Amino acid sequence: MKRRDFLSKAIPAGVVLPSLINGMTFKAFGASPLISALTAAGEESDRVLVLIQMNGGNDGLNMIVPLDQYSNLFKARSNIILPEKKIIKLGNYNTGIHPAMQGLSELYKEGKLNVIQSVGYPQPSFSHFRATDIWLTASDSSKVINTGWTGRYLDQEFKGYPIGYPTTAMPDPLAIQIGSFISPAFQGPSVGMGMAISDPVNFYNLVNGIQDPAPNTNAGKELTYIRQVSQQTQQYANVIKAAAAKVKVQGTYPTGNSLADQLKIVSRLIAGGLKTRIYMVNIGSFDTHAAQVNSGATETGTHANLLLKVSDAIKAFMDDLKLQNVSKRVVGMTFSEFGRRIQSNSSGGTDHGAAAPLFVFGDYVQNGVLGKNPTIPGSVNTNDNIPMQYDFRSIYGSILEKWFCVPTATLEATMLQNFQSLPIISSRAGCNGTSIDNLNAQNEGILIANFPNPFQAYTNITYKSKGGHVLIQIFDIQGRLMGTVLDQVTQSGEFSFTFDNPGYVPGLYYARLQNQDLQQVRTMMVAK
Amino acid sequence: MPVKAYNGTFGRPELIHLLKRSLFGVKKIDMTIYSGKTLSEVLNGLLGNEMAVNPPVNNYNDATLSDPTIPEGQSWVNAPYGNGTINSRRLGSFTSWWTGMMLDQAPTLREKMVLFWHNHFSTETATVGDARYSYKTNALLRTYCFGNFRELVKLVSLDPGMLKYLNGYVNTKTAPDENYARELQELFTLGKGPGSRYAESDVKAAAKVLTGYRLDANAITSIFDVTRHDTTDKQFSSFYNNTIIKGQTGVNGTKELDEMLNMIFLQNEVSLYICRRLYRFFIYYDITPAIESSFIAPLAELFRQSNYEIKPVLRAMFGSEHFFLIQNRGCMIKNPLEFTVGLCREFEITFPVKGDYVNQYYMWAYIKSQAAAFQQDIGDPPDVSGWPAYYQEPQYYELWINSDTIAKRNVFTDRFIASGYTRNNQKIVIDPIAYTSKFVNPGDPNALINDALEQLYRIDVSTATRTFLKSILLSNQVMDYYWTTAWTDHKNDPANAPKKNIVNTRLVAMYKYMMNLAEYQLA
Repeated sequence: MKRRDFLSKAIPAGVVLPSLINGMTFKAFGASPLISALTAAGEESDRVLVLIQMNGGNDGLNMIVPLDQYSNLFKARSNIILPEKKIIKLGNYNTGIHPAMQGLSELYKEGKLNVIQSVGYPQPSFSHFRATDIWLTASDSSKVINTGWTGRYLDQEFKGYPIGYPTTAMPDPLAIQIGSFISPAFQGPSVGMGMAISDPVNFYNLVNGIQDPAPNTNAGKELTYIRQVSQQTQQYANVIKAAAAKVKVQGTYPTGNSLADQLKIVSRLIAGGLKTRIYMVNIGSFDTHAAQVNSGATETGTHANLLLKVSDAIKAFMDDLKLQNVSKRVVGMTFSEFGRRIQSNSSGGTDHGAAAPLFVFGDYVQNGVLGKNPTIPGSVNTNDNIPMQYDFRSIYGSILEKWFCVPTATLEATMLQNFQSLPIISSRAGCNGTSIDNLNAQNEGILIANFPNPFQAYTNITYKSKGGHVLIQIFDIQGRLMGTVLDQVTQSGEFSFTFDNPGYVPGLYYARLQNQDLQQVRTMMVAK
Repeated sequence: MPVKAYNGTFGRPELIHLLKRSLFGVKKIDMTIYSGKTLSEVLNGLLGNEMAVNPPVNNYNDATLSDPTIPEGQSWVNAPYGNGTINSRRLGSFTSWWTGMMLDQAPTLREKMVLFWHNHFSTETATVGDARYSYKTNALLRTYCFGNFRELVKLVSLDPGMLKYLNGYVNTKTAPDENYARELQELFTLGKGPGSRYAESDVKAAAKVLTGYRLDANAITSIFDVTRHDTTDKQFSSFYNNTIIKGQTGVNGTKELDEMLNMIFLQNEVSLYICRRLYRFFIYYDITPAIESSFIAPLAELFRQSNYEIKPVLRAMFGSEHFFLIQNRGCMIKNPLEFTVGLCREFEITFPVKGDYVNQYYMWAYIKSQAAAFQQDIGDPPDVSGWPAYYQEPQYYELWINSDTIAKRNVFTDRFIASGYTRNNQKIVIDPIAYTSKFVNPGDPNALINDALEQLYRIDVSTATRTFLKSILLSNQVMDYYWTTAWTDHKNDPANAPKKNIVNTRLVAMYKYMMNLAEYQLA
């Protein structure tokens, strides 16, 4: 019996699934005829994912603003907050976007933008270094993994790479980084799965010399590595040049915008017919500890300029893809290693924070704002952070599942643990999916509550489940995971249990319920 | 258990290995200076004192801009700030000058150590925003490159460039900015190894200790402003034995930093972390558990016993049996500065003469720009963690080499062996005949190839490769004397262009080929 069959058929309700990492368990994916049908076609896909990394830690609260929280937010960051009137409201959502992101708000009107609220992970790291690794490897905060998440995916999909590649089905590089540095996200279990390109037209022909055997020393290891890169470069140089040469005219891109320059190359390669699955581009300088806005005109300044670049570059990219008639092949997403603190510094900047919103865009994304506005407390301390609603790995997993139609086994091997399947990609993409409105509607009522609240020694937690896996986690106000109080498969219905305070000090906490594709975060208070 | 010293033969291969790691490429003169000396004597030389440096000068006056305070050829490092345009020209002057320092290095470890510290205490000129500060940071790293590490950490903490870079200058009691406090622990002293278990609360407490510094742009220095200093007590976590640093008032507030550094340096992890950093920069990136226990641990112990003096650690590391293991030779993928500066030095490319600072700086700037294109932009590492090649698992050095950079490196060597780089009617290019003439017996193709391979490669090549290289010199003929005759003909009649051309084209082809192979990327 296959593992998937075993999981979907044999597990009675209420049994805890085998725990893999940090209390998270494998998720059993229901068998889907579509997934099975598309499994075999995996290598033939011409779909593309473009990852946009915003290095430095983007201030999410200055990018996507919870309008219903404006007054509390104003108290916490009066010196940098956007003027309320300047914020662009997104449709009927009580959520706004930075006025510099006109381009993205147009994309929203065109029905191509998915804004996901409060994306993070338990035990957030505040170190650029570590947090970036976590995002690129999709590891738990406490685990160190040496492979990148896209590297693992590509390794599953393209077995044995690079031996025997290029193939007829995959004649092109698996993943391309625009620039001269290959992202650790592309690191596979044994070899790097990606290549770097800064100029697709002038690719250099390398010498194929006599190859002496590599000695069995560290030097031999490095020699072999360098030779391998040279050979791959040689192999792919022609297909990349040919793809670039096919595209004679491109749309207009903003100038003085490095992200736009990079996306222009990506568009050219996609339109030129490369089947490359994943592209990575970067824009830096989001580490705005001080002077992130111009005082007196907070909608301008360093951070506004960065957001303008991101927004303009993405809009120009999408318009160009449409012009090239390939926009239906592409989904993109932005990410940054962390958000920033709720409270601003008096120097007009913000320190390293935790969860933050991100964008997914493309013809096949579900347009809208996924998740609730974060609650901003009336009085905020220096260390307070936005609690996470969605684990970033759920975003990765959902894109792989619903955009690349990746089968369960591959998903498990890639994500290393279960994740929530989220309504990010439209079911029109052909891999199934719930609608964002349907999900937000289900999320409307109270799914988790506790009484008494505030409490001291114990409280009764009541939750609703629509059946399937339920996870309940408690976070403190800095975003740290205090504990996992429930992790099991349930019937549908309403349940409650007594939660004994394991020694939490008085203060504000968040209880986070995750039930299949639903989740809800509620505050709970431990009284003195 | 002390670090085991090297007791084997100290011959040419060992000397070249040592010099390749301590310098940017090995010139013939470097070999001459150290040949015949003992390992201990060579180490004395590598760790020896050097002459004072001449700071960067105004090379940037032109028709559109003239520095109002500093004449051409004079140093700007203590001048008034001027304006943004002047500053950006000074930044160009600074990074060009720094590249020149490497190109003109004496045969000591100093310039490699400056790069090591720049990677360790990373700052970016673009963020610092004042060339005078960036120069000052650089001068500090150069002065202390073999000095006392604890003292260096303290001075870096007060360095105006660093205060600017990591926001220390806006870290005040009313609004602590944690940026420097975090990196001080995570990147500069303790690292992220398993023995480093400081808490988030330690970052916050350290930020409070560090409150009160601001910049004096006129004096190009930092000053302690007692009104901005947090005078409350700072409570550290159990990792630091629950140390409380008593809040001090007035100028005594500066003493809290000393107390905090003493507290941090009580952790053995500091010495272990720095020794791992040195290992990854100078030996190899893969620190196995065996290397950690048998090499890093005793080296770190020596570091502590030496009161955090750097010199004894470098001496022990470069003089160790471990350093000279065959396993550890030739396995360093050249970083872009070693690659570019090393090429210029090893082939002894002639640069514009001293005093012609305009052309000199042009050429230095070009080498700098090439290293930047290969992903090492001196003065502007990617971020506060320095270059990923020295920390990013599992690839480390291999990150220097990818489809883009390997192609660019090949373009670079191809250009320097052929047309070179020309600006303002000056040219820097490899002169293959001049280079070859310095070998002992360049008329003998076998000896010539041996000498070239000894200098340019750290991995021995097969007979097949040697035969192929010789076939380039002999134009696919089989008799060695064809080359000998051609070489002698040219030497006897150097003004004869056709004769010169015969040897030149063949040497160009051979060196081009040698630099294109993967072996040339290793040091």
